[in-house]
Amino acid sequence: MSAPVIETRGLCKSFGPQKVLDGVDLTVARGESLVVIGGSGTGKSVLLRTILGLESADAGEVLLDGEPASAAVRARFMRDFGMLFQNAALFDSLPVWRNVAFRLLRAMPAVQARTRAVERLARVGLGPEVADRMPADLSGGMRKRVGLARAIAADPKVIFFDEPTTGLDPQRAAAINRLIRDIVTETGATAVTITHDMTSVRTIADRVALLDHGRLRWQGPVAQMDKADDPVLRAFVQGEPLDWGPRAATGPRG
Amino acid sequence: MTRAAPNPFRPDPIRAVGRATLALLRGIGAVAIFAARGLAAPGFSPRLLAEQLLRIGWLSLPVVGLTALFTGAALALQINAGGERFQAGDVVPAIVAIGMVRELGPVLGGLMVAARVASSIAAEIGSMRVTEQVDALVTLSTDPMGWLVTPRLWAAILSVPVLVGVGDTIGIMGGWLIGTTTLGFTSQAYLANSWAYLETWDVLSGLLKGAAFGFIVALAGCWFGMKAGRGAAGVGRATTNAVVAASVGILAANFVLTGLFFT
Repeated sequence: MSAPVIETRGLCKSFGPQKVLDGVDLTVARGESLVVIGGSGTGKSVLLRTILGLESADAGEVLLDGEPASAAVRARFMRDFGMLFQNAALFDSLPVWRNVAFRLLRAMPAVQARTRAVERLARVGLGPEVADRMPADLSGGMRKRVGLARAIAADPKVIFFDEPTTGLDPQRAAAINRLIRDIVTETGATAVTITHDMTSVRTIADRVALLDHGRLRWQGPVAQMDKADDPVLRAFVQGEPLDWGPRAATGPRG
Repeated sequence: MTRAAPNPFRPDPIRAVGRATLALLRGIGAVAIFAARGLAAPGFSPRLLAEQLLRIGWLSLPVVGLTALFTGAALALQINAGGERFQAGDVVPAIVAIGMVRELGPVLGGLMVAARVASSIAAEIGSMRVTEQVDALVTLSTDPMGWLVTPRLWAAILSVPVLVGVGDTIGIMGGWLIGTTTLGFTSQAYLANSWAYLETWDVLSGLLKGAAFGFIVALAGCWFGMKAGRGAAGVGRATTNAVVAASVGILAANFVLTGLFFT
């Protein structure tokens, strides 16, 4: 059996006195689509950022393709990696097509990279006329779709989606969910998605992990999510109103 | 012999000075490492360098030119007014030229570039940081230092001396304008007097100062931009800090370089 693509062991991260990750043990197998759910401020984004080395862990270990995540291992991992950021994180100074083709421009001539970028834009429902526009001229939903086109442009083996449907109307959100599922199925890419959107969870996930107060409270196949006994998971899935008790205290990032 | 436990409520000036000194040294070390990485980070792109040369150099030309013009003109009036007290009005062209190329051209040019460029770099990189664009670069296998910092540092080091050279010329022409229209110099006499006392080292030292000031301006903008806190307030603070640090850095570096070059 091959090593998991991503593994975290006892991952801890605090911001000042606030413990955001408190010993997270997570495994993501090759080709699976894992969706991490949890309330706002439970450390989901911090978990992704710590795996990628954008935040340094206070304790614990990250393994990528079975190896401890040194700078060289991370650099190798990033070569076949794509990420959709929560607010798209498009480069303001570059036109849309250069954003999408950012990685491709290092590997092929500009004309070819542009053609590929336009194809990827079409895949997320954007026409070729968008290619020469600047990110500032796009609506929030369009920026998100351009971000998705950039994430999949180079056919990565691992893709992270940070709140992929936030800010989209229900129809576009459904289309993005379907697209993410199709990409994972067609290419065999490993996907880790963070979301609050239960429709996304049911469409995208093979497996679900619930992060609560910095720990993985529950994880299992998406089919078992609705049958699980865990009261916190059940409350989250059914969207029960939150009890504003002291446990609602959260970290600085989602 | 037992030692008394330290009283937490009693101020300990020695410890406070020690902490402040260590913090200062840590800060200087961090900036030095950042600068060294910024100058030599991998991923050099001629396209990015050309873009920054245009933004830092070419687009700063109007403000540096106007500053030099007015400074040269005012300098001519001042030297004439002061020089007349001891019948030395004839030295106006030489002192304007030497004053511009050695001191006022580089310092005022540097300060104008600091106001325009350090703020713009800090705001741009700071905004990129808070909107996760810097993180996006990392996920696209691109070193943010090579993409953002290296082209800005080299563009400023290369373009500010050129701006200083152009500013020096315009400043001398500002003095010439006043000299020929108000102070009774002929054009030929003014220019001949300007060149007669000007030495190569006067010009060269000013251009070297310009390179150092360009480096300080871009370094301040990049450093504070990369360290910007979250949100609009964080970017605002980064911008202010960059301009203040660049301006003070230029004045301090000018003192040190003047001492090195002319004593």
